[in-house]
Amino acid sequence: MSSSRELSHGELAHVVREHAGKLAASLMYVTGDFATAEDLVQDAVLAALERWPVDGIPQQPDAWLLTVARRRGIDLLRRQANYRSKLAQLEHLIQPEPDDRLRLIFTCCHPTLSREAQIALTLRVVCGLTTAQIARAFLVRESTVAQRITRAKQKIAAAGIPYRIPDDDELAERLNQVLAVIYLVLNEGYLSTADRVHERDLVDDAEWLASLLHQLMPTQPEVAGLLALIRLHRARDAARFGRDGSLILLKDQDRSLWDREAIQDAIALLSRAARQKRPGPYQLQATIVACHAEAPTFEETDWEQIVLLYDMLLGLAPSPVTRLHRAIAVRYTSGPRAAMAELDALADAFQAYHLYHATRAELLLELGRPDEAQTANRQALALTANPAERAILQERVALS
Amino acid sequence: MSPSPRRSKEREIVKYVLLFVDDEQFAQELQAMSQTERERAYERVRQWMADNAHVIRGGNKLQGPQTATTVRLGGGEPIVTDGPFVEGKEVVSGYLEIEVEDLDAALRMVRTWPGCPIVEIRPVES
Repeated sequence: MSSSRELSHGELAHVVREHAGKLAASLMYVTGDFATAEDLVQDAVLAALERWPVDGIPQQPDAWLLTVARRRGIDLLRRQANYRSKLAQLEHLIQPEPDDRLRLIFTCCHPTLSREAQIALTLRVVCGLTTAQIARAFLVRESTVAQRITRAKQKIAAAGIPYRIPDDDELAERLNQVLAVIYLVLNEGYLSTADRVHERDLVDDAEWLASLLHQLMPTQPEVAGLLALIRLHRARDAARFGRDGSLILLKDQDRSLWDREAIQDAIALLSRAARQKRPGPYQLQATIVACHAEAPTFEETDWEQIVLLYDMLLGLAPSPVTRLHRAIAVRYTSGPRAAMAELDALADAFQAYHLYHATRAELLLELGRPDEAQTANRQALALTANPAERAILQERVALS
Repeated sequence: MSPSPRRSKEREIVKYVLLFVDDEQFAQELQAMSQTERERAYERVRQWMADNAHVIRGGNKLQGPQTATTVRLGGGEPIVTDGPFVEGKEVVSGYLEIEVEDLDAALRMVRTWPGCPIVEIRPVES
């Protein structure tokens, strides 16, 4: 045992993450049953979160987790017919192949499960989050998450959802499911860092998942694209918040706080992926963020290039949110009037989206229409619960 | 390494029922077809059935919803009504029983179905 000094949430999460998925994959060999393997891992993780902060992280965390899982496993396996042979297997647990965690990921993200279930399962089984941690991170009730997971596991067993890597002809579509799950974990984490109350940083989990996937599927350019996107966001983390925890917008950020080395590494990763000439939405998004990250000042941002990249992105994956972001870039290439025209075309899609109204308010102010800007800011304020975003909007409403 | 508890020992298989569902638009399209077009559409379905014959264990096309009778046994006298159990624009028009290795295999098969626009895949309880 290591010394029982104070463990940070980050350290604890890191060790759990490194071992939970591997243990799940090993247990799949023995039990052949996803739900049982998943339950055992969750039990072991809960025990670790209880003991490790008191006793310190053991020298061999994997052996520690396995011991707990085995103890519980014996009770579960006793009820099964071939209990003795399975018990023997549990004693000499097979080390999982690298691909086993990939099989685990593809099962968790099977397209016949709801997106919420895919996310909850992936975080629990592959990253070792507890149900309570997932519930807190996504601001939903713990019972809701528990029910999602139970239902998903029942479906995996009853509907015959396979535990394997998809065939080549299905791989692209199935990989998109996995990438979408990681992307949503990133988004949730990126937004929730605003209040910094979470013991578990979902951005860490998103980066770790993308990095694992990249390691297991090094020739998939979109996986590299998503990993680069996450790292480019992280590289600018230090500049995103003021001393008082308030959100600082891109144009006001102190760029000397950006991690230049991390930015260059992420761009190198992106360039290697681009050499395959198989562009995709994640590579394009990462390239857009790279344009921002490489600009020495906000004024020197290559907006022409950014608008072009948004056009390409819209060609591959049309979405109103992307059109909104493109409109913001258009403000700097063609002026506020042109950007406003773009926004007007999106009015129907975005009545309930705070960023739409906040963007509109900025443009209205530039166009010399302060009263309308004030109304738009108030609309935006009414539509977001995120404390950091609210603080900025409240300031704008108060100033005008 | 099967997550399904209901696979037979000899062969890795799961039983599913495919429920075929028609909607109004599909019925109208079928109606609007010329005789030859319709025959070609039926031929595509026959071909699909032939291609998948090795996994099909049974099934039938059903008569239209106007022929359905629904009985509700919710306590007291059973209530008998004319029509399907849900009155809606989407109606079950047929079913097939299949045996395939897993849900991915069932999905692959259903993706190439050339007929009605909706298919529900439901595993069979053993």
